[in-house]
Amino acid sequence: MASLELGQTIEHDVVMEDHPELQPEQSWFRRVHWGRGVVLWIAAAYFIIPFYAAMKFCLQNVNGGFSLQTLSQIGDAPQFTSALWLSTQLAVVTMVIVMVLMVPTMIYVHLRMPRFRRVMEVITILPIVIPPIVLVVGIDGSWPQWLKSSQWLLALVYVVLAMPYVYRSLDAGLGALDLKTLVEAARSLGSGWVSIIWRVLVPNLRSALLSASVLTLALVFGEFTIANLEGWQTVPVWIYLAPTDNARINTLVAMIALLGTCLVLMLIVSLDRKSHSRRS
Amino acid sequence: MSMDTQSPPITSTETSPAKSGAPVVLENLTRRFGTTKALDGFTLKIEPGEFVALLGPSGCGKTTALRVLAGFERPDIGRVTVDGKDVVHIPAQKRDMGMVFQSYSLFPNMSARDNVAFGLRLRHQRSASRRTRADELLDLVGLAEHTTKYPHQLSGGQQQRVALARALAIEPRVLLLDEPLSALDAKVRAELRDQIRALQQRLMITTVFVTHDQEEALSMADRVCVMSRGRAEQIATPAELYSRPSTEFVAQFVGISSRVGVERSGDSVNLFGRDVKIRGSAPEDARSLDALLRPEDVDVVVAPTGLGIVTHKSFLGATTRLEIGIGGASVKADVFSSAADVFELGTRVDLVANARDVLVTASRQAS
Repeated sequence: MASLELGQTIEHDVVMEDHPELQPEQSWFRRVHWGRGVVLWIAAAYFIIPFYAAMKFCLQNVNGGFSLQTLSQIGDAPQFTSALWLSTQLAVVTMVIVMVLMVPTMIYVHLRMPRFRRVMEVITILPIVIPPIVLVVGIDGSWPQWLKSSQWLLALVYVVLAMPYVYRSLDAGLGALDLKTLVEAARSLGSGWVSIIWRVLVPNLRSALLSASVLTLALVFGEFTIANLEGWQTVPVWIYLAPTDNARINTLVAMIALLGTCLVLMLIVSLDRKSHSRRS
Repeated sequence: MSMDTQSPPITSTETSPAKSGAPVVLENLTRRFGTTKALDGFTLKIEPGEFVALLGPSGCGKTTALRVLAGFERPDIGRVTVDGKDVVHIPAQKRDMGMVFQSYSLFPNMSARDNVAFGLRLRHQRSASRRTRADELLDLVGLAEHTTKYPHQLSGGQQQRVALARALAIEPRVLLLDEPLSALDAKVRAELRDQIRALQQRLMITTVFVTHDQEEALSMADRVCVMSRGRAEQIATPAELYSRPSTEFVAQFVGISSRVGVERSGDSVNLFGRDVKIRGSAPEDARSLDALLRPEDVDVVVAPTGLGIVTHKSFLGATTRLEIGIGGASVKADVFSSAADVFELGTRVDLVANARDVLVTASRQAS
């Protein structure tokens, strides 16, 4: 509040301005920022209308009503189960490899080579910059035949593709910890590196690891180009090339994948908020 | 954030005492970081159960010395022996030393009890015995009511007490304290200071305490090692360090000192008209000399024809500090506050040296 001069009276509005807690609670209608609201609704419409149209296409029956008949047909669609199994295996293996490689590396870089973080950032962004077709050409020209004929080749490629997302998640998570002190405290108490990572760091990186895992999962379940060019039928390839005469099934699978990813991302955000409020 | 609980007096005998402290020797340690010499032939011998404070300004090497002892840094040259055994090549996790850090170092995912029990878990103690021991130690540091709380539910002082309990839980041979009080407010700091000292005296653990706060060092330690540029300037008891600083750096860094130009006559100097013995030896090659005086080394007397003039006056509680301009020098002197009214700014005074002996150094003006 501005300083008062002799003879000046304090206006009611001035007091109310300086003490918002004295003001009567505004209705939600007055609190909405209309400019932001319009942008939000336009963005929501951009996502919701196609989603609604696709869901309507999948679930509407000939009488104009809705039924879950298409949903029950997914399991019976030819080769869907094998595509889902392959994608799931690839997702799990990719997540395990990328975590085993990246978690100790990131901890080491944060602790011992902080200057190398910039180089790491540049290196890990390369998979986003390099087109998938270039990766495929590189793989076909250089990798051994026994590996090229194995489905696990895709997992190794996905490890590289997932690096940018995993790097950023872990970098943010490690940056929020007093890593050096925690590690030194654990060491002074007699803890070796495996125990430090497993008992001290991993539990405190839970939300970063969860977010890295979900992004990896989304990547594996969404990657089409490399899987298709290498001749493996993962879920995205199946959606595109499904040997079914019912397009509703393919569309519904794509919608379920999208919805599932959104739900998991929302779960991560809420977990992250919880852990943030706990720390503060 | 929860409030700090009052620290209880350390009288409990519920917990078993730790193993008695081990003798520690840091011998001729040198450690470089690039072109900077953090330690430059640093040597320190610590008796079993002794509490030694490493005191010095930022960058003097005190934290590096502690980290070398802890095993987080390896010296380029030199030996570290604990209980007569060279530990330089032993990794930190095998040195059996408890450490409390400046920043709150509790594991955020564990409760206070789990934090304290962490080291015991690594030593494969049974769950029930870990729990009992952790609860005993939390009781010892006055946190019996907070065993299930997580670090974010504890105040800074409480977190440092849990960290202390955690360091003590493993019954360390040496306890290392890296400025554990510097992040705390003054009241909590004073409480925890007394608590750490009482615990150390009771458990008789060899303790090395790093601080840049001379009040902490002088009030807690059996001996204080004042460090400068990677070396030990003086290692002495707090009383000796204050009253008989061996170097100019120590005299300037510990307590308050004033520099006054003096003339030498034999093994004495003439200080305000009185001959005072030179402490140690005076630099032979100096053209002129300065004496370094503590505020209590000088008496101040009001004298209308005196050579000194009161230029500053600061109330410190029981005493009042005067700054007196005399012959181009500024001398600090303490008087009782009850008798300080007569010393107004601009009052003419005479100074009388009351020190038995005085530290003499080469004059800065001459150099």
